Amino acid sequence: MPLLNVQDLRTHFHTRNGVYRAVDGVSFSVERGETLGIVGESGSGKSVTCYSIMGLIPQPPGRIVSGTAFFDGIDLLHCSPRQARSIRGKRVSMIFQDPMTSLNPFLRVSEQIIEPLLIHENISRRDALARALTMLEAVGINDAAKRIHYYPHEFSGGMRQRVMIAMALITKPELLIADEPTTALDVTVQAQILELIGKMQRELGMAVIFITHDLGVVSGLCDRVQVMYAGRIVETADTRTLFKDPRHPYTRALQRSIPALQSKGAELYTIPGLPPDVSKNIPGCAFAPRCEFATDRCTAANPELLELDATHAQACLRVQAGETLART
Amino acid sequence: MSDSILQLTDVKTHFPITRGFLVKRHIGTVKAVDGVNLTVRRGEVLGLVGESGCGKSTLARTILQLVPTTGGTVVLNGRNLATSSDRELLAARRDLQMVFQDPYASLNPRMTVFATLAEPLLVHRVCAPEDVAARVAELMRLVGLAPRFMQKYPHEFSGGQRQRIAIARALALEPKVIVADEPVSALDVSIQAQILNLLAQLTKKMNLTLIFIAHDLSVVKHISDRVAVMYLGKIVELGLAADVIERPRHPYTRALVSAIPTPNPDTERTRQRIVLAGDPPSPINPPAGCAFHPRCAYAQAQCKLAAPALVADGPTREVACVRLADLP
Ligand SMILES: Nc1ncnc2c1ncn2[C@@H]1O[C@H](COP(=O)(O)OP(=O)(O)OP(=O)(O)O)[C@@H](O)[C@H]1O
Ligand SMILES: Nc1ncnc2c1ncn2[C@@H]1O[C@H](COP(=O)(O)OP(=O)(O)O)[C@@H](O)[C@H]1O
Ligand code: SF4
Ligand code: SF4
Ligand SMILES: [Mg+2]
Ligand SMILES: [Mg+2]
Repeated sequence: MPLLNVQDLRTHFHTRNGVYRAVDGVSFSVERGETLGIVGESGSGKSVTCYSIMGLIPQPPGRIVSGTAFFDGIDLLHCSPRQARSIRGKRVSMIFQDPMTSLNPFLRVSEQIIEPLLIHENISRRDALARALTMLEAVGINDAAKRIHYYPHEFSGGMRQRVMIAMALITKPELLIADEPTTALDVTVQAQILELIGKMQRELGMAVIFITHDLGVVSGLCDRVQVMYAGRIVETADTRTLFKDPRHPYTRALQRSIPALQSKGAELYTIPGLPPDVSKNIPGCAFAPRCEFATDRCTAANPELLELDATHAQACLRVQAGETLART
Repeated sequence: MSDSILQLTDVKTHFPITRGFLVKRHIGTVKAVDGVNLTVRRGEVLGLVGESGCGKSTLARTILQLVPTTGGTVVLNGRNLATSSDRELLAARRDLQMVFQDPYASLNPRMTVFATLAEPLLVHRVCAPEDVAARVAELMRLVGLAPRFMQKYPHEFSGGQRQRIAIARALALEPKVIVADEPVSALDVSIQAQILNLLAQLTKKMNLTLIFIAHDLSVVKHISDRVAVMYLGKIVELGLAADVIERPRHPYTRALVSAIPTPNPDTERTRQRIVLAGDPPSPINPPAGCAFHPRCAYAQAQCKLAAPALVADGPTREVACVRLADLP
């Protein structure tokens, strides 16, 4: 049984300008100890997918229209609030792109790190503080005994990210959801944070969902990757296969637009146009307006994520019809 | 040198740190830019990289005379900007334009595209009022925007389109030099490539000189002819883009390059990475001697004595490291 099993998740936002189908039929699972990467451009629904699992969708305007998210046998979307509380923040925790969304600027870091322990475990304040100190040292904060009493603004961006990681890991979660935790950081600090997440993962044996738009980050960190476009998963495979043998035209285009993989000086490959507006009704394949292989059939039928083999699934209708999509 | 358009000689930009509300006390100095020597060639694309806070934006603002220089000279086309009269500065401003990272913040939300692009044309009287509309349309076409969107406001455009408007505004006065401060950092991968292509194409077509600031080295390598690497207010390495990024010489550049995740799962898992310990140090009390020495794997006692100067290392490269000859 997978640790987390999400089926047919649909999260919509009802706004004055219409209904935004931010996540529109997403199914995936995560095994114990596994690292799953979720990649896609901004607005593709990566964060909303994870916020839905974590119960962080503002309702209204948001609404989880359908779906289940079983964590170790308990459906987080339909269980009692008490059951949900025993899992979220303890067995599943989350870190964010901007640490200030989870750190309270007016509270000393010490108070914030021990809070999940005081809520979830029968532990004294003193023991909780001792654990917090050990955790801060583990995430590489020098002089932690002094700095634990600082306020968040007294840390640099990279250190705040470490504090947030310490806070997320202190309950020894089985699943960590990391939403672009390094996007705002320098590459040098990013390298430190990625190493830290890898190390903590090995030590705690936890599973990680790592959201990013950087395919480079995915390649070193993740066992499996899924690519999202307009609220759906268009391709999923083990990392090596996704890089060596991407099949969906969007994955292929995304990969070709990475500057590092293209010869210098040549014009960069670009995906024409813009991601679609998910408040509009999109007939058929959402990528069709930008896809170099689109035909009339692509807008006539709704693509589904179908398996190519046991570890590789994708949602292009033409690939599913057995066609070879060669670039001209 | 006849092919140089911009010369920086020992440029310093320091900011006083003051404390106190009514009576300001001077308690220290941020040496944001601290002795930069750089000759920019006519028509080249010069990439400027370095960690957050190393002084890239301050150097950009210094070149444009948007902050008072503490020392040194900025010479544009033979004219010393620091000693220019206001009238001369106004003329120099036409030749020097800037594009900012955040296309949301850098455009006035209450001005239509037309008003945004017409303003510099009218202020600098570069075209007669009756010709303004035609020139605005021409500028929009140049950056790949349809002139029919002329009466729209910034919020009606996507991030990539807004950056096109900002580029069009920078081009309005037909400048000789454009300083682009992280112009693609806030954009999605597929949109980044579109803007990079546009900048590359425009520099060729209009024989522009471009100073391109970024923290993504693969992007910088792609677009730049030469690259300058900054550390704590100083340039530590300068050379041809492919050389500097593929065969970095300075220990800091080596660490910076090695921190970039590569989109190749096979090599990414096995390659040796230099992970720098600690945060970038503060420019308030920079370490004595070579400012990189607390993080440098090759540091020795001699490194703490004096700040190394940028010296030639072969015909096309300059490196600031006293131990250059001993490095592997
Ligand atoms: N007006 C100011 N007053 C005081 N300090 C300043 C001022 N402007 C910049 N600094 C400081 O100067 C240093 C260099 O800042 P700068 O913005 O140039 O860095 P940067 O290299 O552009 O960084 P980033 O990659 O984050 O944009 C920083 O320590 C910054 O805090
Ligand atoms: N609170 C909200 N109200 C309305 N729309 C929202 C809200 N949060 C997210 N959305 C919409 O949901 C879509 C997916 O967003 P998100 O999951 O944040 O994208 P990603 O994380 O992939 O960049 C976007 O179109 C976004 O505008
Ligand atoms: S279904 Fe059609 S439009 Fe969609 S990705 Fe495949 S070929 Fe392109
Ligand atoms: S001068 Fe010394 S400390 Fe500085 S980069 Fe060279 S070896 Fe390292
Ligand atoms: Mg997001
Ligand atoms: Mg900057």
